Amino acid sequence: MTTIGVSADAPSRPVIEAPRSRRPSARRTGTNFEMYAWIFMRMSGLLLVFLVLGHLFIMLLLDDGVQRINFGFVAGRWASPFWRTWDLAQLWLAQLHGTNGLRVIINDYAERDGTRFWLKMLLYTSSFLVLLLGTLVIFTFDPEISG
Amino acid sequence: MQAPAGTLYRGREGMWSWVAHRVTGVLIFFFLFAHVLDTALVRVSPDSYNRIMDTYKTPLVNLMEVGLVGAVLFHALNGLRVMAIDFWEKGTRYQKQMTWVVLAVFVPVMVGATYRMVSHTFAQLFGSAS
Ligand code: HEM
Ligand code: HEM
Repeated sequence: MTTIGVSADAPSRPVIEAPRSRRPSARRTGTNFEMYAWIFMRMSGLLLVFLVLGHLFIMLLLDDGVQRINFGFVAGRWASPFWRTWDLAQLWLAQLHGTNGLRVIINDYAERDGTRFWLKMLLYTSSFLVLLLGTLVIFTFDPEISG
Repeated sequence: MQAPAGTLYRGREGMWSWVAHRVTGVLIFFFLFAHVLDTALVRVSPDSYNRIMDTYKTPLVNLMEVGLVGAVLFHALNGLRVMAIDFWEKGTRYQKQMTWVVLAVFVPVMVGATYRMVSHTFAQLFGSAS
């Protein structure tokens, strides 16, 4: 077990590792989780190019852009299963892609194990709530809501 | 100076585009968090949803939307470049040229998009010429 940035024969002296040397893995779980995560980032990214850029184009550039968006606009769009499916796919792919991206970033910068653990717990909890809320909103949308 | 605890990427070229990819990714992530919350107001009442959407139509937020589009567009184009490096056999050889392709697509698209997005704000602030 080596510690990152510390030479094994002289533990107190920090070393600069050879460029592009393998980073010692923080844990060995025996699964290929990191590889699947790597592939997922690329596959979801490819789909998100169409979903999110299409979404932004419709919302901000088409017709009167953001000026025309209101409750009636959303009701009109969500009357169609096509746009509900689009938004659902966009929600799940963007949220999971972003969550995994932030997980990598936390691993990179959070130095203390405790900090790392709690930041990731915060990340996973908030992601779960966002996915739950966003999904519920799409499935329970009511155009006749009175308020 | 102390290095961060084991970054996954070490490199010389393409470092700035990697930083920009990371920054834009985090930015979009936090926007999405707020965006799912504001969209959820359609379950509260049409009025509360319309009120939050009205803030999207103010000049300052309008400008932030231009920034958001810039962040998404850069992240998307650079993400495609990263994938080309990973999966295309000549990807690594052309990674620098592809950075220029990313910018060559980014700049004109942003000019066009910005024009469309701020023209309404402009008319609102200074009075429409027509
Ligand atoms: C300022 C730019 C944006 C505007 C004006 C906007 C507008 C909207 C509107 C009006 C809806 C309601 C549903 C519909 O009509 O389809 C919606 C939903 C949604 N948008 Fe955006 N959007 C913007 C940017 C984004 C970005 C950058 C993302 C992705 C990262 C995104 C992801 C979503 C998702 C996932 C939903 C579904 C929310 C839910 O499940 O409750 N939007 N957006
Ligand atoms: C528009 C289409 C998108 C494409 C093509 C794309 C592509 C990618 C790729 C390929 C990576 C992995 C980079 C690497 O391993 O070096 C990545 C990372 C990331 N993406 Fe995206 N992405 C897209 C949309 C999004 C969205 C909507 C979000 C936010 C919700 C997001 C947030 C992130 C974050 C936080 C990272 C981690 C950055 C890092 O580790 O430095 N991306 N993206």
